[in-house]
Amino acid sequence: MNQARNTASDASWQAGSAEPAIRIENVTKTFGKTYAVDDVSLDIYPGEFFSLLGPSGCGKTTLLRMLAGFETPSSGRILIDGKDVTQVAPYERPINMMFQSYALFPHMTVADNIAFGLKQEGMPRSERDKRVQEMMELVQIVPFAERKPHQLSGGQRQRVALARALAKHPRILLLDEPLGALDKKLREKTQFELVNIQERLGITFIIVTHDQEEAMTMSSRIALMRDGRVEQVDPPRRLYEFPISRYAANFIGSVNLFEGVVIEQQGDEVLLQCDEAGAVLRVRDSRKMASGMPLCLAVRPEKIRLLAPGEEGPNQLTGVIREIAYLGDVSIYHLELPGGKRVQFTQSNVQALAEQPLTWDQTVTISWRPDSCGALSE
Amino acid sequence: MKWPALPRPEGRQFIIGIPWFWLALFFLLPFLFVLKLSLSESTLAQPPYLDIVREFKDGLVVLAINLGNYELLLEDSLYVKALISSLEIAAFSTLLTLLLGYPMAYAIARAPRHWRLPLMMLIILPFWTSFLIRVYAWIGILKNNGLINQTLMALGLIDSPLEMLHTPFAVYVGIVYSYLPFMVLPLYATLIRLDMTLLEAAADLGCRPWKQFLTITLPLSLPGVLAGAMLVFIPVMGEFVIPDLLGGPNTLMLGKLMWTEFFSNKDWPLASALAAVLLVVLIIPFMLLRHFERRSEEAQ
Ligand SMILES: Nc1ncnc2c1ncn2[C@@H]1O[C@H](COP(=O)(O)OP(=O)(O)OP(=O)(O)O)[C@@H](O)[C@H]1O
Ligand SMILES: [Mg+2]
Repeated sequence: MNQARNTASDASWQAGSAEPAIRIENVTKTFGKTYAVDDVSLDIYPGEFFSLLGPSGCGKTTLLRMLAGFETPSSGRILIDGKDVTQVAPYERPINMMFQSYALFPHMTVADNIAFGLKQEGMPRSERDKRVQEMMELVQIVPFAERKPHQLSGGQRQRVALARALAKHPRILLLDEPLGALDKKLREKTQFELVNIQERLGITFIIVTHDQEEAMTMSSRIALMRDGRVEQVDPPRRLYEFPISRYAANFIGSVNLFEGVVIEQQGDEVLLQCDEAGAVLRVRDSRKMASGMPLCLAVRPEKIRLLAPGEEGPNQLTGVIREIAYLGDVSIYHLELPGGKRVQFTQSNVQALAEQPLTWDQTVTISWRPDSCGALSE
Repeated sequence: MKWPALPRPEGRQFIIGIPWFWLALFFLLPFLFVLKLSLSESTLAQPPYLDIVREFKDGLVVLAINLGNYELLLEDSLYVKALISSLEIAAFSTLLTLLLGYPMAYAIARAPRHWRLPLMMLIILPFWTSFLIRVYAWIGILKNNGLINQTLMALGLIDSPLEMLHTPFAVYVGIVYSYLPFMVLPLYATLIRLDMTLLEAAADLGCRPWKQFLTITLPLSLPGVLAGAMLVFIPVMGEFVIPDLLGGPNTLMLGKLMWTEFFSNKDWPLASALAAVLLVVLIIPFMLLRHFERRSEEAQ
């Protein structure tokens, strides 16, 4: 799914020509002495499925609430379609939001909840009924039209909340941890539904999540946040393969980090003296780097290959297997290097019962290609 | 995992039984006495009525049930008028306390957290002084040479004192003043529980603040409005101190009438009949409240 999405809508922000749907300019929000959002600048383009990802308390909700108009930035500007809306009241913004708690009106039926925004618009009755019906069909809640929110299950409520937020056909939809209350199965199913709906309606989605897997599956781009700042903005694939910092590398998926210092550059490869690994490591990076500069090499567990006895390879390390975790599709191995450092690598379980499976305390040699790892200076 | 043991059924029934016992002892029993009294005949004696149980003879209980008191209540237009006037005064006072109390409760519920308790204290503070003294204080404020008239005359705004004491106006002032806290407290309790994200959701869907109030806040605070209305309406129906002290001779209220029948005319049976009728009249709104409560519980 990622591939499909990336080709479909990558163009606009890569070309940098399209007008952003939302432009966030140096926005800061302070509560007393805390910087909830700290000098954030982002451009979000029409039709994107944009995720704000980060740990608890990093300012995702606050940023979203500023977009919706519930909080006013302490400084900076927010532009929607080129118009400055920083001081515009929430009820006058062309944006709708789906709340984390759903915030359904308890005294109204499902149909009335969905019709609420349309009534405010003054849409004529017949048209309104038609739109409500469409929305209920879209999220498959037609049988519950006359129920009150408390008569619905969590998943059904979440659908109503989505239908209500979509009913006005907003150009931009904000979603604050929309799937937080659902169990894993339902969550995965709903992720796909959300993406489908977004593609069908062509609405720009901005979604808050602290679940990296969720962000990876759904997004066209992800803004990784840290302490109120944006650490990195990239499509999921880039974020995973080319994290720009140790923080970003650690947040998405698992990673092995090797701290070292630059020895020299050979073409577009950097040689790194790594004492932890007790070896010289190679990483593909064409940036100019002075020798003696501290650098971190990051390699994902699945990029590491096991060498057959006698086989040679780049970035070759030998150690003892200390832990094995069988996950079904893959197994995770923890390799202990002579210096004590542990390296994680995965092997897919191709055979149901391998003839010579790796076992505890076995000594093995691993290797990875210089172009399957990254160099982090931050 | 071991679950904490539930109290044995007998124990539970015992606990549930306590409020029922309480109601039976302090509500049902006195009411039965009043009912019995209302069916007796008044007489000039001590006590001033003839018991309805006249004698036991050959295993028979001879009762003398007198419906005359109720007949009188229906026949004498004074009592019907008093009932209508009481209903009017109670309804209008309830409306006034609601109109005054709602903005107060709303303001307190929306005030910064550290302001709420002091503001609530200000609402409750008058309760620390005797009710009677507070009503007397209003006499001092409203009378012809009282605080208001003196101030207005000193300012040269009026030449002769305004007639306020012993008018319906004074009765309303007294009632609204005395019963306002009973309106504010339940309203505050529902408004403070209101989920503010509902208002944000409404705003997000294009709803302006005033309409947010009408479509979200007001309907969701209806249980508080009803509870407050009952807490004001019911006691005001039986109120006699305020109409007696602040009202004029034409202020007609059941409570005052009952007082007169009991203590001035010594007609206990008639006064009891009045009390019984009042109770029935009051039970109707109470049952309405229960009905609405059940409906709003379903909506929660
Ligand atoms: N109204 C407020 N008053 C004071 N501080 C606040 C307020 N709202 C948020 N903060 C603070 O701002 C920071 C960012 O909060 P925010 O709710 O945006 O985090 P988040 O990224 O959404 O976290 P989570 O994943 O837990 O929802 C936190 O440190 C929080 O304590
Ligand atoms: Mg949040």
